[in-house]
Amino acid sequence: MATQHSRAAARLMISPAVILLFLWMAVPLGMTIYFSFLNYNLLIPSAHNFIGLQNYDFFVTDPAFVTALVNTLVLVLGVLVITTVGGVLMALLLDRPMWGQGIVRILVIAPFFVMPTVSALVWKNMFMNPVNGIFAWVFHLLGIQPFDFLAQAPLFSIIMIVSWEWLPFAALILLTALQSLDSEQIEAAEMDGASAFSRFIYITVPHLTRSITVVILIQTIFLLSIFAEIYVTTNGGPGNASTNIPFMIYSQSLLQFDVGGGSAGGIIAVILANIVAIFLMRMIGKNLEA
Amino acid sequence: MGKISLKQVVKKFGEVEVIPPLDLEIEDGEFVVFVGPSGCGKSTLLRLIAGLEDVSDGRIEIDGKDATDLAPAERRLAMVFQSYALYPHMTVRKNIAFPLKMAGVDHAEQERRIASAAKALNLTDYLDRRPGQLSGGQRQRVAIGRAIVREPAAFLFDEPLSNLDAALRVGMRLEITELHHRLATTMIYVTHDQVEAMTMADKIVVLRAGVVEQVGSPLELYRTPQNLFVAGFIGSPKMNFVTGKDAAAHDAHTIGVRPEHVKLSKDTGHWAGTVGVSEHLGSDTFVHVETEGGLGLMTVRVDGEMDVHHGDRVFLTPEEDKIHRFDEKGQRL
Amino acid sequence: MARRVTTRAKLTNTIIAWFVGLTIFFPILWTFLTSFKTEGDAVAIPPKFLDFHWTLENYIQVNDRSDYLLHFWNSVVISVGSTLIGLAIAIPAAWAMAFVPGKRTKDVLMWMLSTKMMPAVGVLVPIYLMFKNTGLLDTRIGLVIILTLIDLPIIVWMLFTYFKEIPGEILEAARMDGATLRSEILYVLTPMAIPGIASTFLLNVILAWNEAFWTLLLTAANAAPLTAFIASFSAPEGLFYAKLSAASTMAIAPILILGWFSQKQLVRGLTFGAVK
Ligand SMILES: Nc1ncnc2c1ncn2[C@@H]1O[C@H](COP(=O)(O)OP(=O)(O)OP(=O)(O)O)[C@@H](O)[C@H]1O
Ligand SMILES: [Mg+2]
Repeated sequence: MATQHSRAAARLMISPAVILLFLWMAVPLGMTIYFSFLNYNLLIPSAHNFIGLQNYDFFVTDPAFVTALVNTLVLVLGVLVITTVGGVLMALLLDRPMWGQGIVRILVIAPFFVMPTVSALVWKNMFMNPVNGIFAWVFHLLGIQPFDFLAQAPLFSIIMIVSWEWLPFAALILLTALQSLDSEQIEAAEMDGASAFSRFIYITVPHLTRSITVVILIQTIFLLSIFAEIYVTTNGGPGNASTNIPFMIYSQSLLQFDVGGGSAGGIIAVILANIVAIFLMRMIGKNLEA
Repeated sequence: MGKISLKQVVKKFGEVEVIPPLDLEIEDGEFVVFVGPSGCGKSTLLRLIAGLEDVSDGRIEIDGKDATDLAPAERRLAMVFQSYALYPHMTVRKNIAFPLKMAGVDHAEQERRIASAAKALNLTDYLDRRPGQLSGGQRQRVAIGRAIVREPAAFLFDEPLSNLDAALRVGMRLEITELHHRLATTMIYVTHDQVEAMTMADKIVVLRAGVVEQVGSPLELYRTPQNLFVAGFIGSPKMNFVTGKDAAAHDAHTIGVRPEHVKLSKDTGHWAGTVGVSEHLGSDTFVHVETEGGLGLMTVRVDGEMDVHHGDRVFLTPEEDKIHRFDEKGQRL
Repeated sequence: MARRVTTRAKLTNTIIAWFVGLTIFFPILWTFLTSFKTEGDAVAIPPKFLDFHWTLENYIQVNDRSDYLLHFWNSVVISVGSTLIGLAIAIPAAWAMAFVPGKRTKDVLMWMLSTKMMPAVGVLVPIYLMFKNTGLLDTRIGLVIILTLIDLPIIVWMLFTYFKEIPGEILEAARMDGATLRSEILYVLTPMAIPGIASTFLLNVILAWNEAFWTLLLTAANAAPLTAFIASFSAPEGLFYAKLSAASTMAIAPILILGWFSQKQLVRGLTFGAVK
């Protein structure tokens, strides 16, 4: 179907998207790189002189950076573990015969559609509040001291909130994958004398691996840039106990008006994301072939 | 009118030359079948004629006029695809009407042609269904219906029967042949099934790796295959080939003899061997004989009533005047 | 696997699954219930589940005191607007890549995806400054532009995976039937592509509606969509649980309903076709 005529038309049709995305990639990123080498603070309207790698130096040697980096990793890994393990269990549960499966599915998927600011605030106020929250009441019933989640375990609390948002995603994708498993494969294994447990280990699990990888990689992209949940709950605190890299860059550039430092941080975030992205692209590229 | 000529047509996909320079004449009203093994370029050739692919070099003429650079729609050809390519969102009626609508045919005329096509193809009761609600054979007929309403200069078929079951395939084969007699329009038909080729064609074009190995009527190809490839490809079961001493006795590098031209006897004959598998078709039996003296497995076609068993020792004798002789290059002598 | 399942097993599954489902859904349900309470009932300990004084007061107050409708409208304009513009740019591109694939099509697709992986913070500073200098800060236009750009790769990809499934032979058949490019697109491609386009639209509106980085940082009073409006409750007003709940319920209800309709497409869209 590929005639020359259609090729020319095709090129014309692709160009707007390509050009726009190219500009979107190149221009701001170029500017970020440029700013990251300048001594540029909005509060100091002096000349923006070139200072080489000093911004990077400041950003990376700032003890807050290490904290933020560790927080980012803990946040990403914590949520990943909870959501994938929980997601597999949930998918297996939802795949079994039951009454009202459709409704349960709808209930489970709902949190994914809740905007991050709403879920964070609902959890913060109505559940985690040490006085009026539901948890405080439950603790009281159990005779445990009330616990101020966001003050005493801020990162943990944020992990809980974000996991609640992403668990449905993992569950839904894994359930879809599970349901796409050819039932004849399972039946064949059954005819071959495999027990329910071996069927799970040798057929279901390998079938799910690809989807689990996809879940992990896609979530990672989003989790690396968690922002709103922190912004409306802890504001990175107490101190910088719940500051991750995006939040640190935000506060550097928009709260302290340090354009140069924020830009250097931005570039570091881009590099981190790219390391993750390389894996993801390989994965999806493979699937494109399949 | 539907005379099609290909002149030095070449097709390359990138660096790969799928069709080396190829000449072919298709006369008006002919039923031409392209056969060849999978991947030999049958579909590619058909799509070049259709205009769905650009030729890399050479000319395509339709009715004497250069059509090389014409868009598919301007070539007045109709195509029936292997997957039928019916429009899933349109009813059968709309599917058949689509080419007419595109050609701006007025409504009354559209109705008339649809009705006559539907009648000819036994689709009248299904006109308001969608393709998804039809059986394979019915879909096939809709695809043909969509092709015939346009009254094209030629029909192109790309393995149209390969998705049907055996019984339906025989039925549709007859219907398409019948249609050809009725319309007397040029038809180009791609298949890798040599039975389809033999039974339907006026002219068979045997392709191998994009090269035309032989062009001729089914019987010409059967009687005088020009080379080993054609000899082996046309005819079922396959021709038996023998090299060495027996071939040398006929002044050839290889000789070939068809299973139906070998006599099987329990007492005496030219070659001795042991019966392996016998396939009983009822009317005939194909006996596979493991011959002695390093000639390998030979297939013989015998009368269906003949009593042969696995392990029997038998003797084979070829009919002298039905022996095909080939030189070292595989060309007919 | 049409085999009989014992009623008991099914009952056990049902109970466990419903328990888990309701637990996960509980925060949403609780928000919904709280939105009908008085502020006093909302913070009562022990919590009041159904035996409270039902009132619509919170909804009325949220609408009166804040420009709730303005923010709602902002959310609609920004999410629908960016999605529509994105579709207008992406449909031709995805069409071309699916039906006239070239040698570099795959590379272009992967490259588009890679733009999606650039973290927003990486370009926060220049975008913020650019917006500030051009007066786009706190405008709906500004947000529509940004969201269009960040959505574009996903839109192209989703459409591409849908278009890919339309058999090329059908388009060739149309061409043989004498359809021009225009009628091919109009009569054959579009009807077959509409379900895919609709799902892409739906999923993307959801994503854009919930986007909470640029919408928080690039808006103030005028262009703030619901994400930013709700964020303003993190200040002391957050202590007014009933009002927070009413505002939240209104902010998530439309998208929750849309979302339930698009579960299947969600999986496919968010995994770039890797899981269907
Ligand atoms: N678009 C393409 N790009 C590159 N190579 C192609 C393309 N289409 C076909 N080919 C190659 O051209 C050769 C001929 O293909 P074609 O489809 O014509 O074979 P065919 O004879 O129709 O086979 P079959 O009987 O299996 O349908 C094959 O080797 C195939 O790999
Ligand atoms: Mg073919």
